[in-house]
Amino acid sequence: MTESKSFNRVSTVVLTLLVILAMLPIILIVIASFSGEDALIRDGYTYFPAEWSLDSYYYMVKQGVMILRAYGVSFFVTFFGTALSVLLTTMLAYPMARKSFRGRNVLAFFVFFTMLFNGGIVPSYIMWTQIFGIKDTIWALIIPNYLVTAFNVILVKNYYQNSVPDSLIEAAQLDGASELKIFFRVMLPLSKPTVATIGLFTGITYWNDWTNGLYYINNEKLYSIQQLLMKIMDNIQALRSNSTASLLGTGAVDLPGTSIRMAMAVIGILPILFIYPFVQKYLIKGVVVGAVKG
Amino acid sequence: MKKAAMVKKKTRFKSLPLLLIALPGIVYLIINNYMPMFGIFLAFKDYSLMKGIFGSEWCGFENFEFLFKTKDAWIMTRNTLLYNLAFIIIGTIVAIAIAIMMCELGKKKRVKFFQAALLLPNLLSWVVIGFVAYAFLNADTGFINKTILAGMGVDPVSWYSYTGAWPVILVIVNLWKNMGYQSIVYMASISGIDKSIYEAAAIDGATKMKQIFYVTLPMLKPTVITLTLMSIGRIFYSDFGLFYQVPQNAGALFSVTQTIDTYVYRGLMELNDVGMSAAAGLYQSLVGFILVLIANGIVRKIDSDNALF
Repeated sequence: MTESKSFNRVSTVVLTLLVILAMLPIILIVIASFSGEDALIRDGYTYFPAEWSLDSYYYMVKQGVMILRAYGVSFFVTFFGTALSVLLTTMLAYPMARKSFRGRNVLAFFVFFTMLFNGGIVPSYIMWTQIFGIKDTIWALIIPNYLVTAFNVILVKNYYQNSVPDSLIEAAQLDGASELKIFFRVMLPLSKPTVATIGLFTGITYWNDWTNGLYYINNEKLYSIQQLLMKIMDNIQALRSNSTASLLGTGAVDLPGTSIRMAMAVIGILPILFIYPFVQKYLIKGVVVGAVKG
Repeated sequence: MKKAAMVKKKTRFKSLPLLLIALPGIVYLIINNYMPMFGIFLAFKDYSLMKGIFGSEWCGFENFEFLFKTKDAWIMTRNTLLYNLAFIIIGTIVAIAIAIMMCELGKKKRVKFFQAALLLPNLLSWVVIGFVAYAFLNADTGFINKTILAGMGVDPVSWYSYTGAWPVILVIVNLWKNMGYQSIVYMASISGIDKSIYEAAAIDGATKMKQIFYVTLPMLKPTVITLTLMSIGRIFYSDFGLFYQVPQNAGALFSVTQTIDTYVYRGLMELNDVGMSAAAGLYQSLVGFILVLIANGIVRKIDSDNALF
């Protein structure tokens, strides 16, 4: 578009306002986590608390076994799940990108069809719990749903097809390299940009996932940070609807104070806030690539 | 001749190692995606945990009869469709408006910042967003009741039981989470428009607004149509997190927050009504499948490059 000073200025103002509006909800929970408990109960969650306090965070450090454990579970699931996912996805995508691979069309359809039709959650819940006995194991947080998705496979396959010249593979073959060697030594290193993209999105998916926990985990030792947050909210709601203090100790998770709840939510997004400045460039690129040809 | 035959033989031989490399992924998709597809027969069974998957009695279409006799089937279908429709229309308009303004600013540094800031809500889990919504909406300490309404001298509202507010709340929350993501998609599309068209329009004296309405929007039309049709193909699916975490599973709100996905979850995990839940799931899968095929068929007719298949 050609330049226009006034439109330019209006755009800047409107977008600035929009960004502020979009950030305000996140800022509210951060401020709430640093607010004094008494002031919070009196004035509610506010942007200008009457008193500031680090008590919530002290409390979490002192009582932190459960949070620390949940954090450990989340980190393990995120790293292990992402690594496994990237490996399986690229391994599946590579033969699909090879013109000499017989049956690549069948394979492409086999992968693609999973995007069109699914059996739904009921059959898969019964399969995972009754056939594979996955309930209350760490695998329940890693294996169902996210390990290989058609979307990611197609993304990587397109990258291999468009960005890695056939001559490179032929050269490796002439050198006597096996297919496995070609994959690990040539293709995988060359696909760093795509691997970074799908790895990031998959990592965020695992970190943010709470549905696998909701369906498959009852053992509180295996709670991820998201599930721990979810249980806290459940208890708050149960307490509200029954309004009996006796409920307080009955849940698996004790009901934390008004400010601590928000501090825990902040803890839950901390890793994402922390890596965001470094990875936002790749995420934005990934959104574009994924949208253009998913 | 001889060489060609050798190459052919070599190709066949070469396919086995490649197949082995793909095998782990194939096995995963068979288990995770294809086996549940065959499990749809559960919708035709009177499932009991004691008798198991294969031991349970067949019951024909009984589960579906029960399902469609209840008011639930109508409510969840209506909610799923109307919310998705609202999300598609409002989301598209807002995303395009943001994208046009962003592209207007060109390659300035602040554009990167705006993009990053608007994308951030998309990276938060629905559980955390449930907490954020709670900070605003809860009756005793929520920001809306304690600060906004109290400031105006209005009595506090019990948001988690006030059904009238939820269509608005859910649309806002969904917009907040997704507008950054969607606007990036449209920005990519706008930046692909040939700059010389704008220059020609400017020489002809077209104002900025005219350029937007007569150049940008018409040029965006194919993208909008394609993305909208793809969303319509998914219109029978709702974002489980939005409808489960944000309303905090509040029973008083089910009439306006129940979608097919939350119904299937509640049937399976809370009511233990596996047959009914499986029937609702199959209803979703089948209608969803047909809608994707139709949507894709139309996209292929208009703009075959963007068709899924």
